[in-house]
Amino acid sequence: MSGYLESVLVLLAINIILAYAAFLPMVAGQLNLGVAAFVAIGAYSAGYLSNSFGLHPVPAALMAVAIAALTGWLVAFPILRTRGIYLALATFALNQVVQGTILNLNVVGGASGYPVPAHIGFPVVAAFSLAVIVLVFLAFRTRFGISVTAVSDDERVADLMGLSVRGVQSAAFTAGAALAGLAGALYAHHFNYIEAQNYGVLFSIYIVLYVLLGGTQTVYGPLLGAAVFTLLPELLRGSAAWRYVIFACLIIAIMSLRPQGVILKRAWFSK
Amino acid sequence: MLEQQIVNGLMLGSVYALVAVAFTLAIGVLNFLNFSIPGLFMVAGMLTWFLLRAGMPWPLAAALAIASGGLLSLLVERFTYRLMSRSEHFVPLVTSMAFLILFENLVLIVWGSDLQRVPLPFESVSFKLGPTVVAVPQLVGLACAVLAVALLDLVLRKTRIGRGLRTIAEDAEVAIMLGVGVGRVVPVVFLVGGLFTALSGFLFALNYQQASPFMGEEIALKGISAMVVGGMGNIWGAILGGLLIGIVETFSIHLLGARAVDISVYGLLLAILFVRPTGLLGGAVRQARV
Repeated sequence: MSGYLESVLVLLAINIILAYAAFLPMVAGQLNLGVAAFVAIGAYSAGYLSNSFGLHPVPAALMAVAIAALTGWLVAFPILRTRGIYLALATFALNQVVQGTILNLNVVGGASGYPVPAHIGFPVVAAFSLAVIVLVFLAFRTRFGISVTAVSDDERVADLMGLSVRGVQSAAFTAGAALAGLAGALYAHHFNYIEAQNYGVLFSIYIVLYVLLGGTQTVYGPLLGAAVFTLLPELLRGSAAWRYVIFACLIIAIMSLRPQGVILKRAWFSK
Repeated sequence: MLEQQIVNGLMLGSVYALVAVAFTLAIGVLNFLNFSIPGLFMVAGMLTWFLLRAGMPWPLAAALAIASGGLLSLLVERFTYRLMSRSEHFVPLVTSMAFLILFENLVLIVWGSDLQRVPLPFESVSFKLGPTVVAVPQLVGLACAVLAVALLDLVLRKTRIGRGLRTIAEDAEVAIMLGVGVGRVVPVVFLVGGLFTALSGFLFALNYQQASPFMGEEIALKGISAMVVGGMGNIWGAILGGLLIGIVETFSIHLLGARAVDISVYGLLLAILFVRPTGLLGGAVRQARV
């Protein structure tokens, strides 16, 4: 496999994980504009573990997932007290604070970036990505999927039905943080260099946008969104700016014509 | 030294205040977080640079740059709020983010990604007040912000269109039932917000003598923080919040160094959101949608 094709596929695999990281809180009714914060936490903790303790990248990545999940679970307490637009703003502020903190941490290079020499190859990244897809698909076949949908459709009714609304919301937020951490850890070890400047709010916004492009009604939507977002620029081969122009126009057009995203529920479940 | 820090903070804060007014107007009346605002800010700043460099007299350049904000904002309205009534509640937010990406990258294609130096149309843009240096564009910005907000306040309270806006803010459906011309009133909000944003973009370009395709992001994120700190939907709160964020920023640069700014400003935002989400001047929490 050529190096070019491989790096495109690695990005696709990582973007798919990121898509589900934004998708999980979103289906629970939370617009998380802080996904990039958890990506950064995952990337930096994995890098730190493999650099400073000589850990193999795969266990380092798994521990980074645990760290990102724990952080997500902890910040979910204050963040889930807010709702709607306040929640979106709180996650955005969290993103800025995490980014600002990492930029000031000289142990991990601060503003000058952080090299992570230990390498993870394409097969491992792809395996993780497939595992994430399978896990999310399975999760939405169980009670968890139904509960999440119920909570985002109507909290009060879900509560009356005996669901732990806060528990489901917190689980969705934490799971999203864990997946974001995984994506960060894989990115750090495949590309061997990370920079906190890249994990700003705009990065979070891009992730949210391509998930919405695919649609959040089914688990297939984020897959499509990630694929379009990754492959569109490669097909266009023009300048970076043009592909974002086309991406933005696509979003505006789809939101005007088909605001639920490209893939709808009906298309899969009815005759 | 201390006075200079406070003056610098207030001056920087006046830029945030104008942007915060644009944000808070969209939130207060339409319940809509308009992410295209950083794009409008940047287009106005880049136009200022382009027109001044081309040798256009500054009043004309100012008029064109500010008008661009109003026009683009009306374009955004077509694809965001107008669709809100018949779609999911997050759609306008998402579309406005797409507009930000669209504006940034179009400007990138036309003018490149370099940080441009804005030529000054005057000899100097600051004067001395004792030992303290005061910059004129920001003083004008602060005056404009206060004046415009006072005017806006008057319009909202006294006029027919203001009553319409307040009814929409209360409940859009009821407003339609009561015969408020939502289709005519809403574009006014976008127009005013766009003009405010573009004015601050123009003032920023003059005062800091620089413009780039990404200049809107930092400012707008601080503008959002200013809006929340002051109280979402409260136009006087936006001014107070803007000035406060400006002062927090200059003092944290002075005391903790430039790299700590994000931590202090957004830490303050987080704290306000957790402890008092209605902001300093806000009333009861409204069930704001995304």
